Amino acid sequence: MTFEPTIIAFLCNWCSYAGADLAGVSRFSYPTSIRAIRVMCSGRVDPALVLEAFINGADGVFVMGCHLGDCHYLIGNFYAQRKIKMLKKLIALTGLEPERLRLEWVSASEGARFAELVKDFTNQMKALGPSPVAGEKPDPNILENLLAAKAAVEDFRLRVLVGREGEMVDEGNVYGEKVSQEEFDEIMDEAIAAEYIRNKMYIMLKKVPQSVKELSKRLNIDPRNVLRHIVILRQRGMVAMAKVEGTTPLWAALEVGGR
Amino acid sequence: MAQQKEKPRVGVFVCHCGINIGGFVNVPQVVRYARTLPNVVHAEENIYTCSAEGIASIKEAIKEHDLNRVVVASCTPRTHEPLFRGACADAGLNPYLFELANIREHCSWVHMREPDKATEKAKDLVRMAVARVSLLEPQEEPEIDVMPTALVIGGGISGMTSALCLAGQGFKVYLVERKPELGGMLKKIYRLYPTGEEASRVIGDYVNAVMGHKNIVVLTSANIKDVKGYIGNFEVTVLKEGEEIKLKIGTIIVATGAIEFKPVGLYGYGRYDRVLTQVELEEILKGGKSAIDKRFFKLQRVVMIQCVGSREERPPRAYCSRICCMVAIKNAMIIKEWYPDSDVYVVYQDMQTYGKEYEEYHRRAREAGIRFVSYTKGSPPEVTALPNGRLKVVVYHALLGIRRELDCDLVVLSTPLIPYEDAKELSKMLKVPLGQDGFFFEAHVKLRPIDFATDGIYVCGTAHSPKDVGESVSQALGVASRAAIPMAVKRLRAEAITSVVDESLCSGCGTCIRICPYGAIQKDERGIAKVIEVMCKGCGTCGASCPERAISMRHFKDEQIIAQIHAILRRVAA
Repeated sequence: MTFEPTIIAFLCNWCSYAGADLAGVSRFSYPTSIRAIRVMCSGRVDPALVLEAFINGADGVFVMGCHLGDCHYLIGNFYAQRKIKMLKKLIALTGLEPERLRLEWVSASEGARFAELVKDFTNQMKALGPSPVAGEKPDPNILENLLAAKAAVEDFRLRVLVGREGEMVDEGNVYGEKVSQEEFDEIMDEAIAAEYIRNKMYIMLKKVPQSVKELSKRLNIDPRNVLRHIVILRQRGMVAMAKVEGTTPLWAALEVGGR
Repeated sequence: MAQQKEKPRVGVFVCHCGINIGGFVNVPQVVRYARTLPNVVHAEENIYTCSAEGIASIKEAIKEHDLNRVVVASCTPRTHEPLFRGACADAGLNPYLFELANIREHCSWVHMREPDKATEKAKDLVRMAVARVSLLEPQEEPEIDVMPTALVIGGGISGMTSALCLAGQGFKVYLVERKPELGGMLKKIYRLYPTGEEASRVIGDYVNAVMGHKNIVVLTSANIKDVKGYIGNFEVTVLKEGEEIKLKIGTIIVATGAIEFKPVGLYGYGRYDRVLTQVELEEILKGGKSAIDKRFFKLQRVVMIQCVGSREERPPRAYCSRICCMVAIKNAMIIKEWYPDSDVYVVYQDMQTYGKEYEEYHRRAREAGIRFVSYTKGSPPEVTALPNGRLKVVVYHALLGIRRELDCDLVVLSTPLIPYEDAKELSKMLKVPLGQDGFFFEAHVKLRPIDFATDGIYVCGTAHSPKDVGESVSQALGVASRAAIPMAVKRLRAEAITSVVDESLCSGCGTCIRICPYGAIQKDERGIAKVIEVMCKGCGTCGASCPERAISMRHFKDEQIIAQIHAILRRVAA
């Protein structure tokens, strides 16, 4: 049997959901791969929801909103755009193909475009094959990476950067100081990489206490960097020294939150 | 959610929609499948769930099976949700404990050639809806009082028309005009097409009616300084001659008008004093023939150039200004009437004299001897000065394929109406959008052409886009009627789908305050974010961006959406 991808589509109520309705009214046929979840605005699509879908084995996630400038809520789709931009970079670190996440604008009058996009994305996913975490035997590595990515987007730092990108780049702070887009992207890339690796370390330490050296080897990053992350995780109250073996401290994850 | 969470008892109603769904999706199979889903205690099929029998059947089932959640699997919630919610409410169920599974627009109509797969998808959609509805919570729509007072911003023909219409219905109206006098753009205009009435007389009648109306308070030389609040309860600060006036307002009408584009650098405008815009010409025409003679001695030949600075490749002036063709014809006819021996040329790209009256006017102009010469965008006319002070216009006649040189006494440029520069500030204060061209942007181009997406604020006249007096008046009467509705009803139900801040999680970082396009989130005295529910439109962007994940969206909570995701991906055994 040929592979039939499962695609979750987050459709904004005002444009793309209406566009999908129009595709129906116009009888534009498209593949049955897509399952739509209606949200009021594409800006509502929390990055954690997208990762939740991938963790549970979605082959693709499609986010659709109103065309830029046409958002029913004026600017929600700009926030969607920033979130997806961040997410694609983050997903690229997990080993899952970032092309599995796609953002498109579909207006209420673009029924044909909706049908075309679903066809196109379905074909793209067919060519890519099933998600490595779909089905009975998900790739444990990528699954763990995705869990780390989800924890990263649930945390303060990436969320505040995404939420304030427009303010930092376009409007400037209270002193009128602006950050250029390149500078911002650099800060963002650094934050994505750091938060991802910290959360990955946290998940690893949750399973079994480990030394900096062990973590360094398994993550294939410089032990000095691992130590820096450990220091920050300790400041955040996420890890603590579990015991010392010889002269080597072993670190363990603490239970945090309660959310 | 004060009330105890009860165990969900879901009823599922699967609609055949005649053959629209039933012809492609195996409805009985979907019903049987629905019965196997967790929390489902009743499932049935209907030929038309939206029919009187279908609705009655939902109400009966709610009573008979003690349902506390309802799923209808039929068509799009965008059209039918209110109907089914009403049925739930009639049967004593909170209308928000309802969910539609769209198995028509999103399924049977688009998968007609794959009935088996369509049936499987319909089952999935029902499973998603059941998972979601099980987690839905009852919502209440807060009621708000509406102040029966309107604010009209702009004292031109549109603003005055709206103000008179509302005042005539008994509402109090504040009319704010930035200039010292009412009248707006029409004060500069000589005659109106196609009737030829004098604009000053029309405007004079309106000004007198407005000034004399007991329900209208006119504030001239006044500007809007600040707008707070929401429909029914706006608090507006008006600045009049250094003095701040605070007004309590129920609805707001934006009728701020537009100005004429000054085409500096185009066709010798700004360089030769014989190159004018149409409005500048009108201002001279108002002085009568003697004013023309005084300035240009005698008009032997006049050339009008159309589409100057409009219909450009890119915004902000990509639009057709709609009125210029008629304005040019009107002014050409006036000149021809005053100087029967003169030649009047209208050099155009396309003459757009839409509708029967205007086309007739165009025909009369041709009969009167006005000459129409077309040019193409690629080779626009050129204007140069002659040694004797007159002008030379070189036109490449696109139809004849020849160059024509026209000596003339006057060149008139038909330039578009453009938005006021400070429309941006007003749009920010009112939290309503501008389009790419800088004009105020309506909620829906066809279906809500004079509303803003923000409740209680409406737009009319040339603040919205270029239009003539007749069209502006129609819109002005339209907005008066729109604005009167909430003021006549006096009480409104606000949106129940709003965001909620969990105070224990909020760190007061203020990200949501910056994100909210409606200014619906403020910090309270403790520095914690607080949602002003009646201002919230329920987009949810604040919640999806909150760094502390302290904000949730009513009716679109994370766990409700996650339930849908899980319902799709973690297949429940049939």
